[in-house]
Amino acid sequence: MQKEIIIAGFGGQGVLFSGQLLAYAAMDQDLHVTWIPSYGPEMRGGTANCTVVISDQEIGSPMVSRPSAVIAMNRPSLDKYESEVKDNGVLVVNKSMIDREINRSGIRVVLVPGNEIAEELGDRRMTNMVLIGALLANLDVLPISALEKALKEHLPERHHKLLPLNLEAIKRGAAYITETV
Amino acid sequence: MSEYTVEEQVVYDRPDSLSSIQNHYCPGCTHGTAHRLVAEVIDEMNEKSNTIGVASVGCSVFAYNYFDFDFVQAPHGRAPAMATGVKRVLPNRIVMTYQGDGDLASIGMGEIVAAAARGENITVIFVNNANYGMTGGQMAPTTLPGQRTSSSPTGRDVETNGFPIRTAEMLATLDGAGYVVRRSLHDPKHVRQAKKAIRLAFETQRQGLGFSMVELLSICPTNWGKTPLQALHWLEENMIPYYPLGDYKVHPALSQKI
Amino acid sequence: MAKELLKGNIAIAEAAVRAGVNAYFGYPITPQTELLEWMAVRMPELGRAFVQAESELGAINMVYGAACTGARVLSSSSSPGVSLMLEGISYIAGTEVPVVMVDVMRGGPGLGNIAPAQADYNQIVHGGGHGDYHPIVLAPANIQEAIDLTYSAFDLAEKYRSIVIILADGSLGQMMEPAELPPMKPVIMRQPEWATYGAEGRERRFLSSIYLDPPEEEEANFRFERRWQEIKANEVQFKEYFMEDAKYAVVAFGTSGRIALSAVRNARAKGIPVGLFRPVSLAPFPEKELAAMAEKMESLLVVEMNAGQMLDDVMNITARRTPINFYGRMGGVVPMPEEIEAEIEELTKGNISNETHPRDRWLAHMGKMN
Repeated sequence: MQKEIIIAGFGGQGVLFSGQLLAYAAMDQDLHVTWIPSYGPEMRGGTANCTVVISDQEIGSPMVSRPSAVIAMNRPSLDKYESEVKDNGVLVVNKSMIDREINRSGIRVVLVPGNEIAEELGDRRMTNMVLIGALLANLDVLPISALEKALKEHLPERHHKLLPLNLEAIKRGAAYITETV
Repeated sequence: MSEYTVEEQVVYDRPDSLSSIQNHYCPGCTHGTAHRLVAEVIDEMNEKSNTIGVASVGCSVFAYNYFDFDFVQAPHGRAPAMATGVKRVLPNRIVMTYQGDGDLASIGMGEIVAAAARGENITVIFVNNANYGMTGGQMAPTTLPGQRTSSSPTGRDVETNGFPIRTAEMLATLDGAGYVVRRSLHDPKHVRQAKKAIRLAFETQRQGLGFSMVELLSICPTNWGKTPLQALHWLEENMIPYYPLGDYKVHPALSQKI
Repeated sequence: MAKELLKGNIAIAEAAVRAGVNAYFGYPITPQTELLEWMAVRMPELGRAFVQAESELGAINMVYGAACTGARVLSSSSSPGVSLMLEGISYIAGTEVPVVMVDVMRGGPGLGNIAPAQADYNQIVHGGGHGDYHPIVLAPANIQEAIDLTYSAFDLAEKYRSIVIILADGSLGQMMEPAELPPMKPVIMRQPEWATYGAEGRERRFLSSIYLDPPEEEEANFRFERRWQEIKANEVQFKEYFMEDAKYAVVAFGTSGRIALSAVRNARAKGIPVGLFRPVSLAPFPEKELAAMAEKMESLLVVEMNAGQMLDDVMNITARRTPINFYGRMGGVVPMPEEIEAEIEELTKGNISNETHPRDRWLAHMGKMN
C-alpha cells in the first residue's frame, strides 16, 4: 500500500499543519510516512503546498508528480493539480473558493463547501479539518479515528480548547462521500 | 691586596613564556619588543600554562614558535574567529591573538569587528607598522597618505587608494569592547607604557570585561628602507600624528587600575 | 525509544547534541537554517557553546579554534556558504583536527536558489579547498540515516583526526519522517594528546597547517594519504535494493537515491530486473563493491541532481567496462520517479553506446526535451 497526498492552498489556510497531522496519524499507525513542504519565498503570502506519502514499506521518493489524492483549497491549487491526480484517485476541492467546473473524469471529485461549513461551526480556521475529513472518507489510507487521535496528541497545547471543534469539522467533512465518475 | 666579592644578580633574562630560540624578525624590528612585553605580562600574571595564543598570517606567523605556551595558527585574518572558538569551549583560559595590520585591518576586518562587537573575552595584540611586512612592504590599510610602498610606489594617493583606518578608534565605538588603546614602541618610555597597557588588556579578559586590544605602533626598517633608528624617528614624527596614542575605551571597572 | 516525526535539519542537530557536541558555530542560510535555530535553543540550555558567527568564514574558523582544543564541534551551512568555508576546511585538514560539518545542498552555481540539489559533490568529495586532503563524506537518504550518520560522525572524525561532512540536500533538510533519536551521550571536554587546551602539567603544544620545509610538508601529505588508505579500507558504507537477480542497476546517492528507489520498484512491477546501488559514504566511495556489481550488470544508470559529478567517478571505477547511461536534473529541479523509470526502460533496449560519453548523450536527449 502506498498513497501520495498533496495538500495545496494559500499560506495561512493550514495546509502544512493538515499534512503534518496526516503524517502523525500514519506514524501512530506504524506506517512509513514522509511530509515535505514547498519551502522558501513562496512560504510568505503565496501558495503553500505539502506532499505526504504514506506506505507500508520504506518510502522512496517523498515527492510525486502523480499523487493518489489532492486537496485543493483554492483556485490556483486546483488549476495546478487537477490534471496530476492519478486515475481513480481523489480530488478534494474546497468549493467555497472555486468558481469553475471540474474537468477531470476517472477520478473521485469531492466538492466540499469548506469555508461555509467552517463558518457554520463558528471558526473559519476549521476549513482544513473539514477537507481532511472529506479526504479520509474517500481515500483508503487511514481511519478517521487515527486522525482524531493525532489531533489530540499533536495539536499545540494552546489550541486544545479548539479540539472538539476540530473533531466536529473532520466529521462534517467526512460526510461528503462520492464515487469515481 | 684586598679581595672583594661581587654578588651576581640577574637583572635581565628571557621571560619563561618566551621560547629559547632565535627568531626570524629583521634586525631592529619591534615585533621582538612586543613579544617580550606579552611574555613578561603572561609570566607576571602567572598564566603561562593557562594561555592559548592564536597566531595570524604576516611577519608574526611564527609567533607560535616564539611563545612558550599552547598556540594555534589561523588563516589570514581569521584569528579573532579562531580565538572565539577556543574561548567559547575553554572560557577559563586566557586567549590572545597576535595580528599585524594587513591581517587585522584588511582581510580580517570582518572578524575583528564582529569579535569586538560580541564582546568576545579575548585579548588582541595588534601590531601596526603601516605596511605588509612579510610579502615585502606593500600598501596596507594603515599606510599613511603619501607613504611610498612597493604597491604605492609614488606614495599612497588617497584619491584612488582611500584613507588609512584608525582601527583602535573604530573598535572603541563598539559596546562589546572593554579595553581598546593605542601605544607605541618607539622609545623606552613608550615601551613601558605599552607593557602596562598589555597587562591591563589581559586583566580585562581575566575579569570578563569584554574584548580587549592594544594597538602597538611599530616599525619595519627593512621595508621602509631605513635604519632602525631612522625608522623609530619616522614612527614618532609621522605615525603618531596620524594615529594618536591614547585610551579609546576603558571599562569603568578598570579605571582604578590606571 | 519511540519514533518521533522529525524535520531533517532538526533531526541532524539533535543527533549532534546527543552525540555530545561541545560547540556549534554557524551562519543562517536556507535551506539549513532550522539546524542553526535548533542549536540556538539547545546548546545554551545545556550549557554548551553556541555562536551565530558574522559569516561562514567566521563560523568555520570558530570551529577550527574550538576543534584545536579537542572539543566536539559542529557547523552547518548550504552550498554558497560552504564555498566560503573551504579556506577553513583546507586549514582544518592540514592541521589534522576532527570536525563535523553539514552541507544542506541547494541549487547553484552562484546564489542560485534554495531548492534541493546535489551539485556540491565535486566541491565536497573531491575537495574544493586547496591542497591534497580527503574529508569523509556521508550522504544520508532519509532522516533516520541522517541521525545515525551524524551521531557516529564525531567518533569517526576523532578516530582519524579528520573532517566528516554530512552531505544532505534541501529536501532532506526540510522534510519530516518518523525516526528514532539515540540516547544522550554525556558531554565531556576531551583532552587528546595532540590538542591545545592550555599547557598545565605538560610540554606546550602548537597546532598549525604550516610545514615551511617542502620535504616535511610532503611527509605530512604522505601521512594524510596513508590515513586515507586506512579510511578507505574500513569506512565504506552503501546500500543495495533488489540487486539479487538484477541485470540493470541504478547508481544514485542521497535524495536522488531514494527517488530512484521508487522508480526501481515501479520498473520491477513491470518485470524489469533492475536494482539500486546507493553509496552512503561518498568518500570513501564504495569502489570495489561498485566495480564488482557493475561486472555483473548489462548496463548502469547513474542518476544525480547535478550534471554528472559522481558519474565521472562511476565511469573511472568501472573503467567503462559496463555501458552507462546518465540522467541528471540541475539547478534545484528534482527528478521525478517517472523520469527515472523511463530511463530504466531505456536501459533494457540494450543499445547503449560505449563510444560516446554518457553526459553527451544525456545532453542531446535533454535538448530534445527542453
